[in-house]
Formats: sequence, structure tokens, C-alpha cells
Amino acid sequence: MSNAQIEIQLIASLVAIACAIPGTFLVLRKMAMISDAISHAILPGIVIGFIFIHGSFSFIDDFVVLSKFKQFLIHNGLESPFIILLASFTGVITVVLVEYIQKTGLVKEDTAIGLVFPALFSIGVILIAKNANDVHLDVDAVLLGELAFAPFDRLIVDGTDIGPKALWIIGGILVITVGLLIAFFKELKLSTFDKGLAASLGFSPVIIHYGLMTVSSVTTVGAFDAVGAILVVALMIAPAASAYLLTTDLKKMLLLSIVFGVFSAISGYWLARWLDASISGSITTMLGLLFLVVYLFAPSKGVIAVLYREKQQRTEVSLLTFLLHLKNHDEERERHVNHLNEHINWQKVRSKTVLDLALKNNMIVIDNNIVSLTAKGDKFTTQAIDYIITNEDAQIEDMKDDFFLFRG
Amino acid sequence: MTKIAVQVDDLTVAYNYKPVLWDIDLEIPEGVLMAIVGPNGAGKSTLIKSILGILKPIAGSVTIYGKSYDKQRSLVAYVPQKGSVDWDFPTTALDVVTMGTYGSLGWIKRPRQKQKKVALEALEKVGMLAFKSRQISQLSGGQQQRIFLARALVQDASIYFMDEPFQGVDATTEIAIINILKELRKAGKTVIVVHHDLQTVPEYFDWVTFLNVKKIATGPVKDIFNDDNLTKTYGINYKVSIQK
Repeated sequence: MSNAQIEIQLIASLVAIACAIPGTFLVLRKMAMISDAISHAILPGIVIGFIFIHGSFSFIDDFVVLSKFKQFLIHNGLESPFIILLASFTGVITVVLVEYIQKTGLVKEDTAIGLVFPALFSIGVILIAKNANDVHLDVDAVLLGELAFAPFDRLIVDGTDIGPKALWIIGGILVITVGLLIAFFKELKLSTFDKGLAASLGFSPVIIHYGLMTVSSVTTVGAFDAVGAILVVALMIAPAASAYLLTTDLKKMLLLSIVFGVFSAISGYWLARWLDASISGSITTMLGLLFLVVYLFAPSKGVIAVLYREKQQRTEVSLLTFLLHLKNHDEERERHVNHLNEHINWQKVRSKTVLDLALKNNMIVIDNNIVSLTAKGDKFTTQAIDYIITNEDAQIEDMKDDFFLFRG
Repeated sequence: MTKIAVQVDDLTVAYNYKPVLWDIDLEIPEGVLMAIVGPNGAGKSTLIKSILGILKPIAGSVTIYGKSYDKQRSLVAYVPQKGSVDWDFPTTALDVVTMGTYGSLGWIKRPRQKQKKVALEALEKVGMLAFKSRQISQLSGGQQQRIFLARALVQDASIYFMDEPFQGVDATTEIAIINILKELRKAGKTVIVVHHDLQTVPEYFDWVTFLNVKKIATGPVKDIFNDDNLTKTYGINYKVSIQK
């Protein structure tokens, strides 16, 4: 691997980690769409910042304060932090606007989001179009990023090349994000799970909310340059959504999101090389495939597991119905094997499944085609019926592992 | 004279300029087990949330033992409505109960062994120790309510506010919860409960507040829990057989 290749994968991985952390909380707070809004709405902030630094406008030179500020930024090498802060500010403004419109009670939150961010995004697009000659920014780059070119933009300190600029920017953002996560993990968890309790304990949910929104905005801006507006959303939401289906522990969910993000970033890069296609597009594809696999095969929340469980539950309810029937009837006529088909009205296959299941668990004996409950079957039926009637858990706790019916 | 635990003066709260609580004056004496009753939309939850500073009133004031809520936070525990949180949240019963200790920890500091021990004791008290590692969505409605109660117990407060703790719980859990509330009262705590089942008010509580946007009445159950106040609160001719 060449240096540039390693650098691209490193940048993509750091972006993935920086996105996965706020993304996990956005998913848990059911605010996935906010990340979409932020990622688009920061565009005017980026463009205005870019034009301010790199454009040549007489009105900036006319205002002494502005031109001095510009000189100060350029002189101290603060152009990038300035643009990031300005754009992040636009991101937070988006959230404020969405909430303001929503609070009037005239439109719902999703409508408010749909109103605010296209408006801001289009301002950015128009600004780019009007100033295309002055600044190096184009709409393609905005949507999909320019990860492949990231290694060309170097950070030079005192004449020494210390690596790609994008790497330092996203690395810096990541350090801050991880620091905040470690410091405020407890507060984030509490206010995400139970806003009311957080407020009553003195952990202002509003402060935590805007803190998270600020981190999301800064991360989005930092990642925007490398991966563009669409992939940022995918990197925030898809790893967290996949992790959510696999674990019941918040720390593990964060860790899994990070692992999924990095995996998609690196595998996406190689997919792009193999296909000779866009890197960010390939990373997004990997994120989608990863989610699909988890969605289908997750051990307890996946589609296949859920279908399997439902099938098991159907069989078990049938089994119980059958056992109860046996318990209620002493007459041989009612307990004949063929009677199941005729009287309880089951198909042959279902009757056979149920009979086999009951036999395998030693709950019935079949003598001369007459079915009888064993002592174990009798006890099981009594307990199960008791549970269904009283809905008390304690007495069947030990049965839960054997039977799906009593779970959840 | 008994001390006043919670004092509410001229409290008015509005959603979008429509008052849901109107000029409420309320004194809750220390050591009572009080039910707040009233029809849907009467502002029962709103009253609790306003006392706890979760909602901002447009007028009036609230004091806890004579001082503002901000200064008395550590004296107050709160059990929100069970439906107010997402029970699919990736966490365990023990973790939720430990959240009750966060208030005493303050910002940034993390729960340690000591907090965990307190949480385990509270789980035992509500009969949920066996479920400590269970993911919260795997618990029944009654068990979830017990977890919430345990979380309030670890706050070791003087005043407990509970928003419909009996909603959607089975009879066993209801009895277990009311026994714990009665124990709290015996220990000198003040317990305030938003309650729906009028039949059980005389059996469970010794103090009651009738609320329907305005305060209708407040006082000892034996004195004021009668058809007259029920009719004023619920607007229809109400007859209950009161067991004394």
C-alpha cells in the first residue's frame, strides 16, 4: 500500500468513528433525520466561510474590522477552524429553527425538518454557483466528498509536511468527541433514556441536547470535506442502527457502531478500488450491505430470528391447546390420535408436529392410538394455564428457557 | 403543627397559551400519603412536573420545605409515567435503578461500587433482584414499574412524587408497591401519587387532592373524600361506597 492509500483509509476510519459516537445517541433519541438536516444545512456556512477566506470581495476590504479579522485568521493558519465553527453554527441554527417551527404547533417535526434544511442547502448551492469562478467548490464535491484527493492537501508546519490536513481536522474533532463522551456518558445516557428524571435531578436536558447537536454539527462539518453530505448521514445512522439490533448494552452498542463504521470505511475503500468507483459511494454501499445482513441475521432481533420465534410460539400454543384438551377429557373417543385431525380441526402436519413435540418432551404416552398425559405433562399443563390466567412470572421462571411462549 | 413539605402558590401553567392548571394553591403537609385525583386532562401530571421544575409555569411559585426546588433537589424523588420512556433502550434493570444515584453524584462523576450496592438493595426491596441483569424490554409492565420505584428509592429522598405508578400493573405488583409507599410514610416521608382508581383511594391513602384545572379540594381522605367533591371534580353525579 502506498502512503496515500493508507492515509485515505485512516481518514475514512477516523470519520467513521467520529460519526458513530453522536450517531448512536441520535438513533436512540429517534433523531436520525436531524443528522440529515444538519449535513445539508451546514453548506451555506461552509460556502460563506470559504468565500470570506478565499474570495476577493471589495466589501470585505471596505470594512476594516472584517479585513483585519481575515488577515488574523490567515496569518495564524486558522482558516479551517474558522470555517468549521461557522458551518457548525449553521448546523445548530438548523436545529433551533426546526424546533421553533415545531413549537408553534402548526407543523410536525418531520415537516419542519423538511422545510428548513432544503432552504438552507439551496442558499449554499446558489452561493456556490454565483461564486464558482472565485472559489474552488463544486456541487459534486458537496454531495459525495473528495476522499481520493484528501492526501493532496497537506498540513505544513515550519516547512515540514506533517500529513494530510483532513486527517488533522477529523483527528482533532474525534479527540474532542471522545473526551466529551467519556466525561458526559452518564448524563447522555440518562437524558436520552429519561428526560423527565434528568430534568428533575438537575441535569438540564436542554443543555445536553444542544451539546449533542453541537458535537453532531462539528463532526458533520469535519467529515463533510472528506465524505460529503450524503455519506455523513449514512456513517452516523447505519452503524448505530445495525448495532442496535445486536446488543442490549449501550457501551457495547457504541463499540459495535465504531467497529461497523471502520469496517465499512476500509472495506468500502477496497471495493471502490476494485470497481474503480467513488470511494464514498462504495463506503455507503458497504454500510447498506452490513445493515441488511444484520437486519436479516441478528440473533434475537433479526427478521429471521423473529419469524422463527413466531413459528415456535404457534407450535407451542398448539401444544398447550392439545395438552389442555387431554387434561379436560377422560373419554377415549376424545383422546384418539385421529380425533386431533377431525375435532380440533388441525392439518395432518400440524398434528404430527405437536404430537412429536409432546412425545419428545415426555408429556404424553400413546397406547393403541389413545393419547394420555404423563405426570410431567399434567404438571406442565397446570403450571402453564396458571401462568396464562394469573400472569405471574415467579413459578415458571425455570420453564422459560425451554419455551418461547413465556418470554417477553 | 406539622411542617409543610410542599407549598404551591398561585400556580398557573399553560400549553400554547391554554391554561391546564389555573391558580393552584396547595399545601402538602409532611408525612402524608396523598393521592391526586381528577379526570383526564385535569393537569395532574402537569402539577407534578411543574413542582419539579420540568415545566415552567407562567405564574406562581413552588417551595419545598420553604426553599425553591433548585436548592432542595436532593430531598425529592420522582417516578415518571412508565410510558414516558422507551423501554427498548439498550440497558439493564440494575443500570436504570443506578440512575437514581446520579443526582447525588452531580455532573461528570461516575457511579461506583457504593452506588451499585445501593441500587442492588433497592432492587431487593422491590423483589426484583433476580432480574438485575435483564434487559428492560424483557420485563413485564409490573416489573418495569417496580424498577422505576426502586430507582426512586435509591434517591433516599424526603418527598416522593409518582405519576400513575399503578398503571398497567398486575394485582400483586399493585399490593407490593402500595406496601412500600406505606412503609415510606411510616418512615416519615411524604408521598404524592397521581392516581386513577377512585375505589382504592380510602384504602391506600390518608390525604387527597381533587384537581380539575383548578384545585377542588385538598385534605384528609376521611374528611373530604365524598360524593360532593367527586361530583365537583368529575362533573357527573358520582356515588362511591367509601370504606372507613
